[in-house]
Amino acid sequence: MAGNSADKIQGGLLGWVDARFPLSQLWNEHLARYYAPKNFNFWYYFGSLALLVLVLQIVTGVFLTMFYKPDAALAFASVEYIMRDVEWGWLIRYMHSTGASFFFIVVYLHMFRALLYGSYKQPRELIWLFGVLIYVVLMAEAFMGYLLPWGQMSYWGAQVIVNLFATIPYIGPDLVTWIRGDFLISDATLNRFFALHVIALPLVLLLLVVAHIIALHEVGSNNPDGVDIKKDKDENGLPRDGIRFHPYYTVKDLVGVGVFFIAFFAVVFFAPEMGGYFLEHANFEPANPLATPDHIAPVWYFTSFYTVLRAVPDPFLGVIAMGAAVVILFFVPWLDRNPVRSVRYRSLAHRINLGVFAVTFIVLGYLGVQPVSDLYGELGLRLSTMYFLFFWLLWFHSRERSTVFSVIAFAVIVGGYTLYDALRFGTTDGTLVMAMWLLPTAYLFVTMLAPVLARGLGRDRAVPERVTA
Amino acid sequence: MKPSIALIAMVFVALTPLSLQAAGPSVPLDQVEVDVTDQTSLQRGARMFFNYCVGCHSAEYMRYNRLGRDLGLTENQVAESLIFTTDEQGEPVGTGSLITNAMMPVYAKEAFGVVPPDLTLVSRVRGEDWLYTFLRSFYLDDSRPLGVNNAVYANVGMPNPLWELQGWQEKQVGADGETHLQVVEAGSLSGPEYDRAIRDLVTFLAYLGEPMQIDRQRIGMYVLAFLFVFLVLAYLLKKEYWKDVH
Repeated sequence: MAGNSADKIQGGLLGWVDARFPLSQLWNEHLARYYAPKNFNFWYYFGSLALLVLVLQIVTGVFLTMFYKPDAALAFASVEYIMRDVEWGWLIRYMHSTGASFFFIVVYLHMFRALLYGSYKQPRELIWLFGVLIYVVLMAEAFMGYLLPWGQMSYWGAQVIVNLFATIPYIGPDLVTWIRGDFLISDATLNRFFALHVIALPLVLLLLVVAHIIALHEVGSNNPDGVDIKKDKDENGLPRDGIRFHPYYTVKDLVGVGVFFIAFFAVVFFAPEMGGYFLEHANFEPANPLATPDHIAPVWYFTSFYTVLRAVPDPFLGVIAMGAAVVILFFVPWLDRNPVRSVRYRSLAHRINLGVFAVTFIVLGYLGVQPVSDLYGELGLRLSTMYFLFFWLLWFHSRERSTVFSVIAFAVIVGGYTLYDALRFGTTDGTLVMAMWLLPTAYLFVTMLAPVLARGLGRDRAVPERVTA
Repeated sequence: MKPSIALIAMVFVALTPLSLQAAGPSVPLDQVEVDVTDQTSLQRGARMFFNYCVGCHSAEYMRYNRLGRDLGLTENQVAESLIFTTDEQGEPVGTGSLITNAMMPVYAKEAFGVVPPDLTLVSRVRGEDWLYTFLRSFYLDDSRPLGVNNAVYANVGMPNPLWELQGWQEKQVGADGETHLQVVEAGSLSGPEYDRAIRDLVTFLAYLGEPMQIDRQRIGMYVLAFLFVFLVLAYLLKKEYWKDVH
């Protein structure tokens, strides 16, 4: 920045450092003179909170590696050693295990914020791509970390997930052996998962986070109005609706940190198992390759995708569907081509779409921890369909659609899954199928056909010139 | 602001009422209230545990001296009344040792068909209600090799080591058509006395599963109190700085 030259001529230690390393420049560009929109709301806390959890996980993780033994014969006992004999070991361990779940809570809210305010849209596509990559790496990191306590659920959860690769035609079985390093989940698997969990993936994660932030600071932050604050600058070339990140947002985020820590430590100190969701009961039993637990459920943050997997009868297609449910996130910036960023000025149809998507994702997650039943199986299938329909509707709502196109598209999609229902008629409970058929159909009716009947539903509103309070 | 908070609340509400407790037994579990801060109850439970359980089961992630400290026993009391295990030389093990048992796994396997599981974490795997019901649900069953079965854990390999306290139960069909367990040969304790003794034992097992749980909750109160003060100060700081943002 041009304004920095004045700072650079100062002497002293800072001057000495600045002549050799752009310390003041970095400080200014990323904090003190990084101008952020002044209208950030509740949803904007989760970026800095995700960074906070990352630091917490790294620091607590370093201490855990000092006492943990990545050896199938010793791992389980070393975790109990940390819990009982290591001074404050229980606190470090509970912070790490609770941190994993909170990481996903914070990241899911952070991602939903981007969907709400169109933060993935031009020119922020790369920020979104780096973000989705972070999310994918985070899932791998969490999965590998979950094997390390070497409990029953660690073992059998890993067994289930690794075996997903076995469904790939031709190379599947060999690929799985290669991943495990053995013919079953064993010491070899534990050792390599440990290496990936504590070195490889955290390194990738940190690099991606740096890239995510550099990309963000290159184009500037979006805001709840989706207004470009750089378009309205004062005589000094500073955005009128922008404020310096430091001190304004650093002190504001401190409030967020306070609230977050209260929730986080309430769990750490008073409910570290969180009713079996953050630490599963079966995982207090050492891994036993000869005894399968009665009910294997992944940890809650994977269960939405697990339901998508279970909704498809064919195992390989199920894996493809589950993979697609994650991969499709990468395409969001090119699916939603609507120039209006913020949900505040988007059509009612789009807002309903977003709301239904949030509920769908949560209910899919709930179904993933439940044992399979006819009702839940059917519901899982319909909600998985609706999960993917959300992305179709994101594209559909890119602009106001003609009556003809809307009706034809609606008929093709509804016809498509109705045909599938007809093909499996007789093998399933017909009443249940028909009742559940109403879910995606009502969803599509409201988001695709209703805007044809009442044009106001599908119409976006005018975006203001400046941010609102 | 409001709808977003409601959304998060919804997520938590959706999560809380369920429990992922390992597949439920066929019989309804009796509820038990345990208080791990009750030291005399813990001591009575520990006495039962070391008299009746440690012969076959271990608690191999826990040390004797930690137990002594938490239960208000001196090193001597621990050495004299809790330690029955010996080392290779036949000497009693030290108070810093882990709580292993005297039975060889090979022998245990021969006697019971399975190696008796370690009990350190059994309360976190099964839950307190399950343990409380299980330990009161043994009944005579001639079809089993040891002559006993359990209503909660069908065909369990374990005999009832507490029979001299509880006596023997039989499965009987009551007037309401439901099966009940009925004491047919009295033990040294009455029904309510036996239930109390089992509650003490379950209290001890609950402690054993997570010995730091009392510390955890005590420290947690201070941490949360500090965080509330921090939050107020952070909020006031934010308000002060943001006065000039319009």
